[in-house]
Amino acid sequence: MRPNKRFMIPYRARFDKALNPFMSLSPADVEKVARLARLAMTDQELRAARDQLNNIFGLIAEMQAVDTAGIEPMSHAQDVAQRLREDKVTETNQREAFQAIAPQVENGLYLVPQVIE
Amino acid sequence: MQWEIVIGLEVHTQLSTNTKIFSGASTAFGAEPNTQADAVSIALPGVLPVLNKGAVERAIKFGLATGARIAQRSVFARKNYFYPDLPKGYQISQFDLPVVGQGALTIQVEPLSGNAKPYEKTVRITRAHLEEDAGKSVHGNSQGVTGIDLNRAGTPLLEIVSEPDMCSAAEAVAYAKALHTLVRWIGICDGNMQEGSFRCDVNVSVRRPGEPLGTRREIKNLNSFKFMQQAIDYEVQWQIDTIESGGKIHQATILFNPDTGETRAMRSKEDAHDYRYFPDPDLLPLEISTEWIEQVRGTLPELPQAKQARYVSELGLSAYDASILTASREMADFFEEALGDATGQAKICANWIIGEVSAQLNRDGLDMTQCPINAQQLGGMLTRIADGTISNSGAKEVFRTMWAEGGSADAIIEAKGLKQVSDSGAIEALVDEIIAANADKVTEYRSGKDKLFGFFVGLAMKASKGKANPAQLNDILKKKLAG
Repeated sequence: MRPNKRFMIPYRARFDKALNPFMSLSPADVEKVARLARLAMTDQELRAARDQLNNIFGLIAEMQAVDTAGIEPMSHAQDVAQRLREDKVTETNQREAFQAIAPQVENGLYLVPQVIE
Repeated sequence: MQWEIVIGLEVHTQLSTNTKIFSGASTAFGAEPNTQADAVSIALPGVLPVLNKGAVERAIKFGLATGARIAQRSVFARKNYFYPDLPKGYQISQFDLPVVGQGALTIQVEPLSGNAKPYEKTVRITRAHLEEDAGKSVHGNSQGVTGIDLNRAGTPLLEIVSEPDMCSAAEAVAYAKALHTLVRWIGICDGNMQEGSFRCDVNVSVRRPGEPLGTRREIKNLNSFKFMQQAIDYEVQWQIDTIESGGKIHQATILFNPDTGETRAMRSKEDAHDYRYFPDPDLLPLEISTEWIEQVRGTLPELPQAKQARYVSELGLSAYDASILTASREMADFFEEALGDATGQAKICANWIIGEVSAQLNRDGLDMTQCPINAQQLGGMLTRIADGTISNSGAKEVFRTMWAEGGSADAIIEAKGLKQVSDSGAIEALVDEIIAANADKVTEYRSGKDKLFGFFVGLAMKASKGKANPAQLNDILKKKLAG
């Protein structure tokens, strides 16, 4: 398996735990991440996910051990800059085509189960 | 017991681009639902975002206008949350590397009550970052379902975050208004609050003087300055009452109900603010060259504050007049165009715009862009006041006619015979007649009854059908009555 690109990004706030090689995820951590991602997981799946994630953290710990002092952090694996688009309308109305594959539409609106604030 | 109020604002300004921030779909307001929701806006699998140059350029403009540093390298991040009007399951925003760094905005605060004097204050702007807007949920169509219109999804926003530098509703409103003026002034946002182009979130907390910051509650989505003031006033009182009666403030997101004038907490979940930001792998870092920044700087108009200062120092206007004339770029442009090269007439020109023009616009429910008379028309009239062709009362007549029927000042003066008599011979003849016909009053005047002067002016004006040049008439009358 190729390592997830995301975890190659030094992103301080998110990886406090990763910075400490002795720290590993608890089942509660995994449960929380699953809840935030709207994933329903059985206990067995949670345990499996925890082991996999801890393995990934092991890999991160290995990378963190490399001395990167004086090296500018990258936010993308490729050292290139964003190409920009001219501010010109290029899209046409394709509502009919898009809505043909939507589960439910009404008066041009996509319908979803009721949302309450 | 004394309380201090601490307020910070987050303002979402919709940038006035033709297309969305990450796709070439139109951003025009008011289209049929989902007709401007392209594959990127509805997040079809496999689509990729391509950043709009126009959105970046507007962010640079804002940064330059607030004296902020433009990040030569900034990064887009995913802000993860689930809501049906956000079909990707995340919003593309900026997190720890925003495009615009710390800046500042100087505001004029008009205290809302008491005899307190207006004062100036500088509010620090923490940062401004680019992000995409969400779609709209339409409730109440059919039972048990919510309709989603994704036309707005992907519209570019610049979120402008202030430091908690404001300490009253008046200051918060003054800051929001100054920001509203600025974004329209530099042409990055149409400022239409009804259409949601300029939306304010207000963070409010209270504390006793000298104490650390209190817990803040965030009033979401205020789209009028009046509501902002009401919401802050209500919220501040609610927080003070809660603490004074022994309660505690809990961090919360709240909504203001304009009908009841009250604020209430939105339903919140413990995880609601765990957005798990991370850099969006679909977007490369945004690099902005020094050349680009300098090129944009060259397109910036003279800013409201600089204009105000110039009106005071070069044109001799009061700070008050200068601040009103720079309340919008349209107003300032109108003033400068009407004034032309006649800088000596600045005060009278300002008086006409702040007085008659503004009052008439108000009465007709119009704004400056809809003004029925243009700057050249007003300027033409001011020229005729300055060269003595028309009197002030004549000018009012010209203005009324111009407003209702159009036409140049000269044409109206000609058609209505408003040209005042500045021929001293004619005025002298007229005064001689009056003196001859009112010998008794002349005697009274000469024996010390100075008040009769007005009586003579009245008679002379009437005899000239209001057209005598008042200054000239006064001079001649004084001389002749002195005997």
